[in-house]
Amino acid sequence: MGRRARYLLSGLALLAIAGGGLAWWLTKPDRSDASQWEGLGDPDLSNGERVFWAGGCASCHAAPDTTDNGASDDSAADEKRLLLAGGRSLKSPFGTFYPPNISPDETAGIGTWTLAEFGDAMTRGVGRDGGHLYPSFPYGSYIRMTAKDVNDLWGFMQTLPKSGNTTPQHDLAFPYNIRPAIGVWKFFYLTDEPRARINTADTKLARGQYLVEGPGHCGECHTPRDALGGFEEARWLTGAPNPEGEGRIPDITPASKSVGGWSASDIASYLETGFTPDFDTVGGSMVEVQKNMAKLPASDRDAIAAYLKALPAL
Amino acid sequence: MKIRALMLAAALAGLGVTAVTAADEPQAVRQQLMKKVGQATGALSGIAKGEKPYDAEIVKASLATISETVKVFPDHFPAGSETGMETEASPKIWENMADFKAKAAKLGGDAEKILAELPADQAGVGAALGIIGKDCSSCHESYRIKKD
Repeated sequence: MGRRARYLLSGLALLAIAGGGLAWWLTKPDRSDASQWEGLGDPDLSNGERVFWAGGCASCHAAPDTTDNGASDDSAADEKRLLLAGGRSLKSPFGTFYPPNISPDETAGIGTWTLAEFGDAMTRGVGRDGGHLYPSFPYGSYIRMTAKDVNDLWGFMQTLPKSGNTTPQHDLAFPYNIRPAIGVWKFFYLTDEPRARINTADTKLARGQYLVEGPGHCGECHTPRDALGGFEEARWLTGAPNPEGEGRIPDITPASKSVGGWSASDIASYLETGFTPDFDTVGGSMVEVQKNMAKLPASDRDAIAAYLKALPAL
Repeated sequence: MKIRALMLAAALAGLGVTAVTAADEPQAVRQQLMKKVGQATGALSGIAKGEKPYDAEIVKASLATISETVKVFPDHFPAGSETGMETEASPKIWENMADFKAKAAKLGGDAEKILAELPADQAGVGAALGIIGKDCSSCHESYRIKKD
């Protein structure tokens, strides 16, 4: 923390020297061109649902789960995951984030937002009030999503139940509690460039890349971060300390000691059933992710597996 | 490294030297128990996937192994065994021992229930495996940490 704080402070100081005005201009919240969200037509709700599960929205935004005992009542558990009341806590080295209510409730949720406002939050990290959103909301990945997928997702989310729940403010340490500083983060790290160089002429690989680098936001946990909280680009998906506590989030490239030896079908089957090839099961925060992945069509899980196998072994 | 420790223990035992072998430590015991559950689950999975023919005896034995093993599994987390020997046990186990035991009991209970109405075919084994897998991951979600 100390080192991070010093880096951030010196970064801020440098920017101040370069000129407050220039810094402001470089780091101000940047909405997308409004035309991007026009003329998309009626949302395809079934694709919207597919995007919803690929994006893992429920893992952070569903109401805190206190009664899940594992098995038995699947449909009730599923229904609860569609109530996007917010309020779980997301611990990080910077403090605790409380994902907000994103149910279609008109006051507590985002029911009165427009597609453009939703799209700017999703892909630019700009809130409805025009301020920066924290990158704990993984717009650094969602920026790769197509406008069509965002439109379909928005349509699907309108169909979900409303919640009047009000969530706590993020509880962050100084200087991370200064919102304009997020602009500095965006200036350095927010990019829609591909994360890995793979053969995108192969439609399956391209689909896998889209899912992993975009909506699936796998890198958010599986890629190590530098002192300012940006990805260490050269170490894409090579594993990182668990931000929520002890242990590590594993390397999922072909060089991984734990999963590097898995075949593409092993990976796809793990995402579908939660079983590893040696009959261990999914654990930790990946349990929620796997539940989401299980809802995707098999072709999407196959594409994710193919992409991971195609990554360079670092 | 574990293998080397075991080999060393064997070598010492061969020399007539008594030593507390690594395999006696609770961390190693519970790792072995989990391995047994994994093997039993693997046998069920082979049948569920159609890689192995349905065999009622194997299904029965695997379910029995799972239910018996998880019954004793939570007994191997005494104070002092929180770390060491590459344990993947989360410190949360000792903070929430009752819940940890309840989760183990849930798997044991479900395995017994399935055993009482033995799955009669490949599809039945697949459905049973779905229940077992959820029990496994609901505990691994809270109480296991990955080190690599």
